[in-house]
Order: sequence, then structure tokens, then C-alpha cells
Amino acid sequence: MATIELDRLVKRYGQTTVVHGIDLSIQDGEFVVLVGPSGCGKSTTLRMIAGLEEISGGEIRIANRVVNDLQPKDRNIAMVFQNYAIYPHMTVAENIAFGLYRSTLSKSEKRQRVEQAAETLGLSHLLERRPSALSGGQRQRVAIGRAMVRDPAAFLFDEPLSNLDAQLRTQMRIEIKRLHHRLGTTSVFVTHDQVEAMTMADRIVVMRDGHILQVGTPLELYEKPVDVFTARFIGSPTMNLLPATLKEGGAELSTGGLIRVSPPSAPRADVLIGARPQDLVPSSPDTPGLTVSGNVVVVETLGSETLVHIENAGQTIIGSAPGRQIPKVGEHLTLHAPLDRLYCFDKSTEKALAIR
Amino acid sequence: MSAAATSPGLPMSRIKPGRIVAWTFLFIGGVIMVTPLLFMLSTSLKDASQVYDLRVIPQAPTLDNYIEILGDGRFTRWFVNSVIVAVIVTISNVFFDSLVGYTLAKFRFRGRYIVFIAILSTLMIPTEMLVLPWYLMASQFGWLDSYWGIMFPGMMTAFGTFLMKQFFESVPDDFLEAARIDGLNEFTIWWKIAMPLVTPALSALAIFTFLGNWTAFFWPLIVTTSAELYTLPVGLSSFAVEQSIQWEKIMTGASIATLPTLIIFLFLQRYIVRGVMLAGLKG
Repeated sequence: MATIELDRLVKRYGQTTVVHGIDLSIQDGEFVVLVGPSGCGKSTTLRMIAGLEEISGGEIRIANRVVNDLQPKDRNIAMVFQNYAIYPHMTVAENIAFGLYRSTLSKSEKRQRVEQAAETLGLSHLLERRPSALSGGQRQRVAIGRAMVRDPAAFLFDEPLSNLDAQLRTQMRIEIKRLHHRLGTTSVFVTHDQVEAMTMADRIVVMRDGHILQVGTPLELYEKPVDVFTARFIGSPTMNLLPATLKEGGAELSTGGLIRVSPPSAPRADVLIGARPQDLVPSSPDTPGLTVSGNVVVVETLGSETLVHIENAGQTIIGSAPGRQIPKVGEHLTLHAPLDRLYCFDKSTEKALAIR
Repeated sequence: MSAAATSPGLPMSRIKPGRIVAWTFLFIGGVIMVTPLLFMLSTSLKDASQVYDLRVIPQAPTLDNYIEILGDGRFTRWFVNSVIVAVIVTISNVFFDSLVGYTLAKFRFRGRYIVFIAILSTLMIPTEMLVLPWYLMASQFGWLDSYWGIMFPGMMTAFGTFLMKQFFESVPDDFLEAARIDGLNEFTIWWKIAMPLVTPALSALAIFTFLGNWTAFFWPLIVTTSAELYTLPVGLSSFAVEQSIQWEKIMTGASIATLPTLIIFLFLQRYIVRGVMLAGLKG
């Protein structure tokens, strides 16, 4: 187990900079998820930690040791790849044992470790099979087995669940999380799926265009996004954003209506008022907050809740109704979100403004 | 309901006309390819007087030719020479072509593309043009009339390098990176991880190289002068002397010479199974 520290980490390919001097400190035993859209630099960052990409600038420290110039094999890390990367010409047992390639353990000790890992991952009955005879989930488990058998300082996961179907992904998510609780090994997990990030992480690192936008616990990111990108990226469906103008006494929506908010310390004219679909519910506006009404255009019945899309002055706004309450398409509906559930962002810089 | 309608098997109405045409062409192609082999085998079972009797099944089949050829020490010697040359050159090609192909496919270094183009461009030079420089080289190094003289031009080929490079390019980098993290050095990654993933290509290369060298005639004829260093094709050609061509002997030798190629093919073809490589990836 170990801490991982990134200090002004830079990656350049020729003239193009893909990671712009990021700083990050990962605690011992922490499960950190790097999340962001394609091309945000999250995989590159992970590969730099692994030693698979050279560092163009800055420093990486694993267990307080600078590893910039160390080979991947000398960093004492284990990595699980998106494509599993288990060797097709070896059996499951051989694949898992390959994690111990450089180990000085005796043959029987190695065998014992492989069996232990296989038991933990429910692979004991498959040890003599070849990867071609395994399902996607089993293959991914073999890849995890190969990583854990070495007892590394840190696990690096590069979108390991992307190739699994939805049901299996949920199952593997839980298994990885459970494994982390059990082993307590520092883990860095890369994904573009915000649900994976929210459900698995101790802390989430939101990245965009090679920069870290925000680092925080899942709830911190959900409750206090620092900008429009994070606000929309975290949470599903994405946050509604309504253009408004800050005036004396509140924010006036461009679609009409005034929200009584105390103005931020440095008031700006144009803002975006944000409301998460889960907070925008059909109710009477008896408390101060955001009220929007319009005709229902789409209804998504999820069982536990019903997502309602209403059209308000040319903009589609998503709200949610209780699962049993299913509005009809074309019906006029009023949605309301209380004041303490609203967000406010500067329209030009897209940064969050403190309005509450 | 009629019996025909309930009987299992492929109903005639389902066989498309295109298939019949395809099968016909394949059949004709098969016959064209098999006929010379049949005649070779048939002639080897005839005595000298029946050679020009074109019946496929000999009137009085005899194994005399085989007994004579196999009893002739020269033939055994040529056979062994051919085995030595073909096996060593094949091993060398499989090793070096794939080593260079792997390097060109998986490592980024300055001049990589130029090296690849330079290797490829040698494919455009016909063998006839190369024979003279090869001969001069062999002569200056003292390799004339030696095993090494027969083998050296083929120890590595541009074609093999190109073939292996293309196959290694399809090996996902994840495999190699996983191995790097597991602590293997670059040579071991190539040997233990990358090579088993391209066995279909290696088998194809081995078959091509073995066949090419087993049947090679032109260069071994030029570089060898003493009969004990002849390879099988060169040796067999000596049965065709000016006064008489001993077709039955040549065909007997050729029939025996076909055996190793058949064995090699039967042995390696089971490795030519597509999809082996992708089995370890997402599926």
C-alpha cells in the first residue's frame, strides 16, 4: 500500500500538450476515480503513473519515492486494462501466476497465492481453462487476479468495465469495490462513466482538456460543483441550466419569473440557474425557489421515478415525478425546486457563484 | 406429406446456382492440380519401358525404382542435404524475420519507416540480378560449395519480415504493456507473449520458407560443385543427362521429395487457426 502524488505533471506529444501540469495527492488505501470525457487526459495520466508513458514534466511519487525514471516493473504497481489483456495461449492459472513472474517465491508459494486469488474471485473451478472458454466477466476477473496476486503498492484500472454489458458492469463494480475494502490497496480507476465514478470512488477527480477541474467526494461534486462542466457531468440526467439575469432582489429568468436569491459577493449580470431533475418536482410553488411550467413532451418511466421533459419557452427542462405518478404527453405541468437546491453559474466563465 | 419433404438434408431447391458454378470451378482447379501429382506417382511405379505409356494406373506396377533410388547412397545424401538446408533456413527465418518484424511493428524509433521501406524495396529486385553479387560474395568469403553458401542468401527475407510486421501490428499493445508491468524484459515479451499470439503467421512463414528452400534449384545449382553437397532438386536433375532422361527415376525421387512437404504442412496446418489471438481480448 502506498500514497501516490502527482506534482505539476505534464504530458506533451510533440507540440501538443495533453496534460497541463496537474497536481494530485492520493492517500494510502484510497480509491480515486479519474473521470472525464474522451481525450481529457485521464488515461494518459494513469499510464504515466504506470510508467507506460514518459513524463514530459513534473514528478510522480509512489510511496514517497520519485518514480519518473523507473520502469513499469520497478514501480510495484499492477494494472487492469480495458481489453483485459489476459494471454490467450495460457490457462487461467498460468495467467494469474504471470503476475508473479519476477517474484522469488517458491513454486508451492506461488501456487498457493494463485489459488487464493482464484478463490477470492470465484475462479477456482476455471483454473485450467483457457481465456477463450471464459465469459467477459470471468476474463476481467482473471485480469484482476493477475493484478492482485502480486500484492502491489497500488492498483491501476484503465476503464476495466467498458467492455462488459450493463448487468455485468454493475456486478463487477460491486466486486471491485468489495475487493478494495478487503485488500485496502490504493487504487486509481479511470472511467468516462459518471455512475461508475459516483458509486465506486472515495474521491473523484474530474478532468477536462488535460486539466483537473475538481477533486472531491462523490457527494461534494454532486452538491457543490465548481463549474458548469462538472455540474452537468456528475448526475444523471444532467442538470437543467436556465439563463437568467441578476437584478436587485434576485435572478430574473430569461423565460420569465424572478427567483429571490441573495446576490453573490461580486454580482454579474448574466448567469445560469441550475436545477437537478431530481430536485425539480411537480408541486405548488409555496416555498421560494424555481418554478417552471410547460407542456409535457416526453415521459420516461423508470419505475422508481418518472422523468418528465417539459417544453418551456423553447427550452426542454427535465423534472422528475414519483414512480406511480405518470403525467401524459401534452399535459400542462408546473415543476418546482426549492431555493436551497438551486445552483448558480457565471454565464461567461461558467464558474459557480455562491448565491445561497 | 411426401417422403421427400420430410427427409433430412439439404433440399435441392436450396442449392443456389452460384454454388454449383463455384463447385464446378473448384473441381476443375482440383483436377488440374492433382493430375501432375498422379502422373508423378504413376510414373514412379513404372519401369523404363512403360514411361511413355500415359495410362494413370501402370500395367505392371513395380517398386524397383524406389528400391534403387533409396539404395543409392547419393539420393540419401541429397535428401539429408535438403533437410539440413531447409530446416536451418526455416528456423532462421522464423526467428529473425519475426524479431525484425516485431521491432518495426511495436517500437517507435527514428528512421523506422525508412528501414521498413529499404527492406521492402529489396522485394522488387529479381533473384537473377542478385545471383551475381551473391556468387561474388560467396566466392570472396570462401563459401562456395558449402552448406553456408547454399543457405546464406535466404537466412532472412524481406517478404518474411514484411509478413511478420503486418501480423505483429495486429497484436494489441495492451498485451505487451501488461507484460511490461508484470516485469518481463523486451526480449521475453517478444518470445513469450508476442510470438505465441502470431502462431498462424509463423506457421505460414515456416511453410513458405521450407517449401521455397526444399524446392530451390537455381542458387544451389550455381553455388555447389561437388555432388555430395547437392540438394535434392539439383541431384534429381542429374538423372536427366544428355543421352537419356530417366523419367521414372526423376519421378520416384520427386515422389519421395514430396513427403516432407506434406508432413510439414500436415503438422503445421493445425496451428493456422484464426482467432487464437483475439481470444484473450474482449469478446
